[in-house]
Parts: sequence; structure tokens; C-alpha cells
Amino acid sequence: MKLHEYQAKELLAKFGVPVPPGRIAFTPDEAKAIANEYGSLTVIKAQVHVGGRGKAGGVKLAKDANEAYDRAKAILGMDIKGLTVRKVLVGKAVDIAKEYYCGLIVDRNVQGYTLMVSKEGGVDIEEVAATNPEAITRFAIDPIKGLRPFEARDIALQAGLEGNLNKIAAMMVGLYNAAVGVDASLAEINPLVITEQGDVIAADAKIDIDDNAMYRHPELEMYREVESEHPLEVEAKAFGFSYVKLDGHIGVIGNGAGLVMTSLDVVSRVGGKAANFLDIGGGAKAEVVYNAVKLVLKDPDVKGILINIFGGITRADEVAKGVLRALDEGILTKPLAMRVAGTAEAEALALLEGKPINMYPTMTEAATAVVKEAAL
Amino acid sequence: MSILVNKNTKVLVQGITGREGAYHAEKMLEYGTQVVAGATPGKGGQTFSALGHTIPVYSSAAQAKAAHPEISASIIFVPPAAAADATLEAAHAGIGLIINIAEGMPTIDMMRVVRELKEMPNVRLIGGNCPGLITPGECKLGIMPASTFKAGRVGMISRSGTLTYEASKMLADANIGTSTVVGIGGDPIIGTTFIDLLPMFNDDPDTDAVVMIGEIGGADEEMAAAWIAQHMKKPVIAFISGRTAPKGKRMGHAGALIMGNVGTAESKLEAMAAANVPVADTMDEIVTLTKKALGL
Repeated sequence: MKLHEYQAKELLAKFGVPVPPGRIAFTPDEAKAIANEYGSLTVIKAQVHVGGRGKAGGVKLAKDANEAYDRAKAILGMDIKGLTVRKVLVGKAVDIAKEYYCGLIVDRNVQGYTLMVSKEGGVDIEEVAATNPEAITRFAIDPIKGLRPFEARDIALQAGLEGNLNKIAAMMVGLYNAAVGVDASLAEINPLVITEQGDVIAADAKIDIDDNAMYRHPELEMYREVESEHPLEVEAKAFGFSYVKLDGHIGVIGNGAGLVMTSLDVVSRVGGKAANFLDIGGGAKAEVVYNAVKLVLKDPDVKGILINIFGGITRADEVAKGVLRALDEGILTKPLAMRVAGTAEAEALALLEGKPINMYPTMTEAATAVVKEAAL
Repeated sequence: MSILVNKNTKVLVQGITGREGAYHAEKMLEYGTQVVAGATPGKGGQTFSALGHTIPVYSSAAQAKAAHPEISASIIFVPPAAAADATLEAAHAGIGLIINIAEGMPTIDMMRVVRELKEMPNVRLIGGNCPGLITPGECKLGIMPASTFKAGRVGMISRSGTLTYEASKMLADANIGTSTVVGIGGDPIIGTTFIDLLPMFNDDPDTDAVVMIGEIGGADEEMAAAWIAQHMKKPVIAFISGRTAPKGKRMGHAGALIMGNVGTAESKLEAMAAANVPVADTMDEIVTLTKKALGL
């Protein structure tokens, strides 16, 4: 689950990380009132789950309350990479002397968190990683010992950060404690600002929460925004499907993440593009398959459906029954190509015998057929 | 005839009294796996009966191991929130091979487990979020459908469950059997990866070639390619799934995620090419390339 900047900052503050004063506004009037209260230069920032807000014009300085009103008016309702801005963070502007980067990622290679620190702050760290990797200092944190202040100071020195070393290290430790405390899969402060007065402050922050760990953070559920997720993804979640909306036109249903990913690849290989990733999971019954078909057909982008099942724990005949139910109810309005193999394959083929459902022996043949039909 | 498990492997099933545990314990017994004990906290003294076997249940892995010192492997069927603890329980009971099936474990839990196991070199963890492993005809230590596997001389390592079944079935249909098939799991942090298993297959006299099924996310395939280039004496055939997956979207598996420029299919394909490992573009090609590697 992705958090907004203001939510990430709220969490960081709880773990002792200094953040600039700021509050959320849903209307220009609210923004004006907050700016009026601060009585100083403010920064108005769009709160959307996407990077590059500044470049898109979603971050503006305001010298007084009236300007805060105008800026908020311009930013609210703005479209940033397909997402509508519904709220802005009105924060006290900080006097920036230096901008650094400090982030934590779940690093598969070291099987723990890696702390990344760079003097190149306030810019896209992925770009720094690609163009100037030496500018990033990395440290693998021991998951049992955690990040200790002496290690953080050492990293700061290695990275060449200038400023109050103890305060900088405290911020890194605070970031790590927050990440562990909320089960973050990503946590970053960018920029980590050294102010003209020598203070160390998290001017912007980003936190993603590990979905697998949400069960132990019920307090974070209030941060979830169903409206910022794709409506079909929300519906799929309710059914227990693993579903990702994609930008093609072939609806893809399969069992097992690897098989579904491979099905997307095959669709692309034969000249099509998948409209979604949908994994029905292991051991799915007819009803689950029926619901999956129904869900995929709700997507107006879908011009054809590929069902690719390798029966292991999932029985192919259950899949066939689910598809037949959709057929009987007359909801199967788009071309469908299906391939079933594995457990109960023969029973499935017997059930589908003589029915107007196109069966193919391999996933490549099924994908080829549906891509062709969808193009008609 | 295999790596990690064979017909003599004696198995503990943690969570045997639960629905999943009971179901798969029976399936494993049906396959001929020597399930000798079960463990569920607080259920010590009960028995588990299936297919004419009566298996004692203990309240802890340690109690089970004390009563059956011959236990060499444990398979864990507990909910994801309890899976890290159950894994450490098995490790501290002195069980050398632990299979963790659980899907949905918090990543931090796995970080800590893997870190602790680094200090226990005699313990190998497979998973989480994996189907387990099988030495066809001898021992099934997992949830895979038995019928798709045929005994033979090709090793397999895979991050995906269903693709493992599919590839094994395709090979079996082409009359190519497998020595041991290991599903290593789809999570970002797992106990065992390609680079841990390739040396075992390299040294196994009953394995002639290895099929590795990778996917987007992380750099395990790249590290494996580097190892293969340096050390592997046997042919390896690779398959990479998720070539068309978009950046930043989690594709079913928590580990199948391209973050920034790390974990792309291109990087994995390049690494394989650099190591002279043939990559199958489609699942069918796995069979063609394996046949070619074996000179069939």
C-alpha cells in the first residue's frame, strides 16, 4: 500500500524524525486558512500516489495566504499522470542549505533492508542510480541488530554529507525504526534538508507498506484510499483475486502468478497486449472462475479473453464449469480462447464438448486465436 | 538419485491438524513420502490417521524430533502470521531441511528468519510461498500434483509453482524425467535460491542438466548466470517469465516486481546470454532446448 507524503510524514514524526509543520487542505479556502496561520512562505503540494509531482506542476511556493489560495486552486483537480489531485499539503517552507537523499529498500540480494544515502538529493534517485551510481552509498542493515547510530554516522561520512553528523544519523535511524515499525517495503526521505540554521529536516517522504503485513497494522487502514485504486482492482480484491489492470485489450485469466505472467508474455509475443493480470489462485472452484470471467468482462478495454489453466490443485473441470455458467447466463459477449491441461483435463474437455467455446491444446495457439479474433 | 530428499527422508508435518496440513499430509503419504510425525502447539498426544497410517502428533517440533530422531525434514502448513515462528521452531529442533509453504508472510519476518539461519549452516530453508520439492518416485515434500512428475535425470529450480508443474509435465510427455524439482517460491526474500541449488545439481551424479525458471524482480537469475559461467559443468536451460510486465506493479508474486532498473527481464536475458545459457522463449521451447542439451 502506497502512502501519501503527508501520511508518511505523520508516521516519521511518530518515530522522532523532524518534519516541517504542514496540514492537509481539500479546498483553496482551507489552504488559505492554513497559510494564514503559518504566516510565512508555504509550499503547496499535490497529494497523489505518483512520482514527479514537481515536474507536473503539482508543487508550488506561496508567499502569503492569498497566493496559497490561488496555488491550491490551480493544483486541486489537476491531473497528474492520470490521477486527479483531491488534496494538497500546505507546509511551512524550509530554508534549504543542502538537499540530500536517504532511503531504505527491501533488497533481495542482501535479504534485508539496504540503506541508500546520497549527496544528490531532491532529484529522482533512480536517475542517479542509472547515471551516477557512485553517488549513492549503500549499507546492508542487519535485520536482527538494526541500524545503529555509529553505522549511520559512518554512512553519512562515506557519502560525504555535510552538517550536524549526530542529527543526520538520528534521522537515518528514525527512518529505519519507522520502516520496521510499520513494515515498510520502501521508505525514503528526499530531500533530507540541512537548513540554513543547521537543522536537519525531512522535507519530503515516501513510504510503501508491505501488503502482507497489513494485518498487524490496523491503524494504517485509515490511510487506504479505495478511490485511488482502479475500481476493478478493488472488486478483484474482494473476490480474493490477484488482479492488475494493464493497458491492452486481451483479458487474461490463469492460475498461478508465473503462469499468468507467462500468458501475458505469450499474448504480447503473438501481437496482442493484455488488458489485465488475473490469477484465480490455487484450488479455485467453478464459482471463482465464473466471477473472474464476469470481472474481466466488466472492463470496457477487453476485446477478447484468454483462459490458461494448468490444473494442479485447481481442477480443470471446475474451470470448465465456471466458464459454462458464464456461457449459459449469456454474459460471455466477447471472443474467448481457452486452454486447459493437467488435473481433470479429460473431464473438462468432456464438459466442453460440443459447446461454443474455442479450445486449444497450447497457450500459444489459444493466444494467437484470441488476439486475431479480438482484432476483427 | 537426487538432491535434498529421497526415499529415506523422514518427514515432520507442522500444522498437520489443520485443513491444509491434513490434506497434504495424506497426499504425501499417498505418494510414498515417509511422514513419521506431526506437530501442532497444544495438540500433543493426538494422532493423525490416513490411508492406514497412524501418525503421532506432538505439541512442538522439538518434542517430535526427540521422539523420532530420524526426522530429517519438516514441512510447514501454518498461516503466514505464524510461519516465521514455526520455521525457527523447526530449525532450533535440529531439523536440517525446512519447507515453508505459507503465502503472504510479512517480508520483515523473512529477513529475520533468513538472518538467523545464516548462523545455522546445517539448516536449509526452502520457501516461503513455494510448492515445495519432489524427487519423483521417491519423496514428495510439497503441494504439487504428483501426476505431472516423472523420474529422470533433469533437475529443475523454479520461482513459480504452476510453471514448475507445466514444465515438468511437458518434459514428462516428451519422455524426459526429473531428478529433483525444487519450487523456491515467489517472495522477495526466500530461504534458498538458484545459486544455492545449482552447485548441488552440479555435484549430483544422477542429474544431467538443469532447467531454471526465473521471473522478473531481484537479481537472483543474474547471480545464477555468473555462477554458471564460472562453475557449472552441466547444461542449464533457462526460462524467464514476466517479460512484458510493467515496471512498479506487483505481478501476483510479491517478489515479481521491477523496482527502478532492478529486476527487469532484459537484464536477466542479457546475463543468461553472457553465460551462454540458452533461454526458452516459450514453455514449449524448454522441451526442445532440454532435448538438445541432452543430445536427444
